[in-house]
Amino acid sequence: MTVTERRPGRGGRAPGPTASGGPARPPPGPARLRPGPLLAACALLAGSALLAVLVGPVRLDPGAVLAELAGRLPLVDTHSGLSAQEVAILWQLRLPRVVLGGLVGAMLALAGAAYQGVFRNPLADPYLLGAAAGAGLGATLAIAYGPDTSGWPVELLPLAAFAGAVAGVAAAYALGRSGGARTTTTLVLSGVAVAAFLTAIQTYVQQQRAETLREVYGWILGRLTTAGWREVALVVPYALLSTATILLHGRLLDVLAVGDDEASSLGVRAARVRLVVVAAATLATAAAVAVSGLIGFVGIIVPHTIRLLAGSSYRLLAPLSLIAGAAFLILADLVARTVMAPVELPIGVVTAFFGAPFFALVLRTSGRAP
Amino acid sequence: MRRFLAPLLLLLALVAAGCGQDGSTSGAAAPAGQEAAFPVTLDTPAGKLTLERQPSRIVSMSPTATEMLFAIGAGGQVAAVDSNSNYPKEAPTTDLSAYEPNLEAIAGYKPDLVVYSDDPGELAAGLGKLGIPALAQPAAKGLEDTYAQLDQLGRATGHAAEAGQLTATMRAEVAKITAASRPERPLTYYHELDKNLYTATSKTFIGQLYGQLGLKNIADAADKDASGYPQLSAEYVVKADPDLIFLADTKCCGQSAKTVAGRDGWDQITAVKSGGVVELDDDVASRWGPRVVDFLKTVAAKVESLETVGS
Repeated sequence: MTVTERRPGRGGRAPGPTASGGPARPPPGPARLRPGPLLAACALLAGSALLAVLVGPVRLDPGAVLAELAGRLPLVDTHSGLSAQEVAILWQLRLPRVVLGGLVGAMLALAGAAYQGVFRNPLADPYLLGAAAGAGLGATLAIAYGPDTSGWPVELLPLAAFAGAVAGVAAAYALGRSGGARTTTTLVLSGVAVAAFLTAIQTYVQQQRAETLREVYGWILGRLTTAGWREVALVVPYALLSTATILLHGRLLDVLAVGDDEASSLGVRAARVRLVVVAAATLATAAAVAVSGLIGFVGIIVPHTIRLLAGSSYRLLAPLSLIAGAAFLILADLVARTVMAPVELPIGVVTAFFGAPFFALVLRTSGRAP
Repeated sequence: MRRFLAPLLLLLALVAAGCGQDGSTSGAAAPAGQEAAFPVTLDTPAGKLTLERQPSRIVSMSPTATEMLFAIGAGGQVAAVDSNSNYPKEAPTTDLSAYEPNLEAIAGYKPDLVVYSDDPGELAAGLGKLGIPALAQPAAKGLEDTYAQLDQLGRATGHAAEAGQLTATMRAEVAKITAASRPERPLTYYHELDKNLYTATSKTFIGQLYGQLGLKNIADAADKDASGYPQLSAEYVVKADPDLIFLADTKCCGQSAKTVAGRDGWDQITAVKSGGVVELDDDVASRWGPRVVDFLKTVAAKVESLETVGS
């Protein structure tokens, strides 16, 4: 992140709630949308995407790649000089992987930010309410008992993982509400219970059908390896829906941050906002998990880094997490497929290995708690 | 990576048969007249193992060992085999899990010899406490290991002569196949272990077999971490443009020549364009038993058919 981003971030979070607020300073909390950080994040994303398209395990001439990309624009007619094989590598293997990596990173970071806001818990991540366990069970069932889907337009596995993730969170929500108290603690605890239960079933199925273990592990370790346009098409509708919902709830999330009672005194129905935001975040998580397996850390590290750099108003935090999450995962995947090329590293290894020290560095240098 | 891959590759070798069966009726008596050879002392990875008597109730926890035992005529002495031992048909498959072996369940078959390839827990130590001889036959690193394990099983079961005959026949057949298969131009191949593009290099057991047929592995350049089982990028496979693609994930993961042709970008690969995609039997391609000869025949036949088309 750049210095230009940190300055307004610090300004917006002047010490003391309103005591120090002179007439020139906006009050803390819901800050005005400033274009600076957003532009910087967009530049970061554009740069990451361009780098990721130009660099890969197969060396393609950067000039030719740019010419080939430009050639697909309307009214532009260029000849890249790439062979049919290289064109296939660029358009059918590298580009969809970059796009999908960006989408998955954006969804996980946005969902993470939303969960942290809804639960007022800095450790909340997109998998908090049983999405991971549900997706894992769905994927395992599809692999163990699913019919042969080689002729289908869409594979069964992502659909099953998606359904599992949604069902897991729905079960946790239903359980949390039936407990009577509608507090976030009840919800989180019922998420723990549901996750444990679903994981138990998944382990049992794996024991019964040991031959499925390899495929289940392959899925868990991340499937960006075999990403294609089909997977992109699968994610896009949910990504749009979730993004719109969460971004529109930014101000309400800011209100929720002060506590349920205070929020209701301001006329905000906390439980309802929570349901809508959790539903949107769950769709985003489920779509990401369905096509990419379980990629940890993005949902925690990206929103917190943004908080430290640009303040914690959700009106800025949500869009910035979205963009920075996309850039982060594109870069992580770039490392995963090039550092030992042509051997692949599991992307989860990369996100944690580079993400954790970077996060620690941000934590140290910024000198304040997220 | 290697630690993680080992169990995965074990799983590749394990294909559940799914049905339980009481093995107590199949422990037929061993042929008489070979008692004289006992006691025998065997060199195992875990030290010396002495068998006082000819075993008559063998439990095999390794699908490869099961295939070997039946191939050398010791099938009648086998009381039970693990759930993934699905070949030959007459093998007394049980629900014993080689992945998480249960000592009590194994002891329940009253074995006088247990053969295993991997010890995920305390299998050998536990059997030792129960006084049950345990013979380790880990995954072969090359064909010589296969022959040595066959000979060892022959001595352990009182079928040394049959084992000797079998290894001699195998050696002769392998020599014949490899001598006949010398592609005029070096053909390249990609051996697929699963959909996520895990593969085996030429250093592995299966890779050496391809090497003996004169085939060149596209993963060798990739294997810097020397695990022998790297995961390749799809870009790289397309760029390497192998002449042959061998699918060892047909049973586990439903892959076929058709699904491979349908993958994004793979229609550019020579093997896909010219019918060089071979659907293998996962089990045959992942075990190091007597059926390696069948595997070599399958591959050699494909190489020959490509050569004929090419010339």
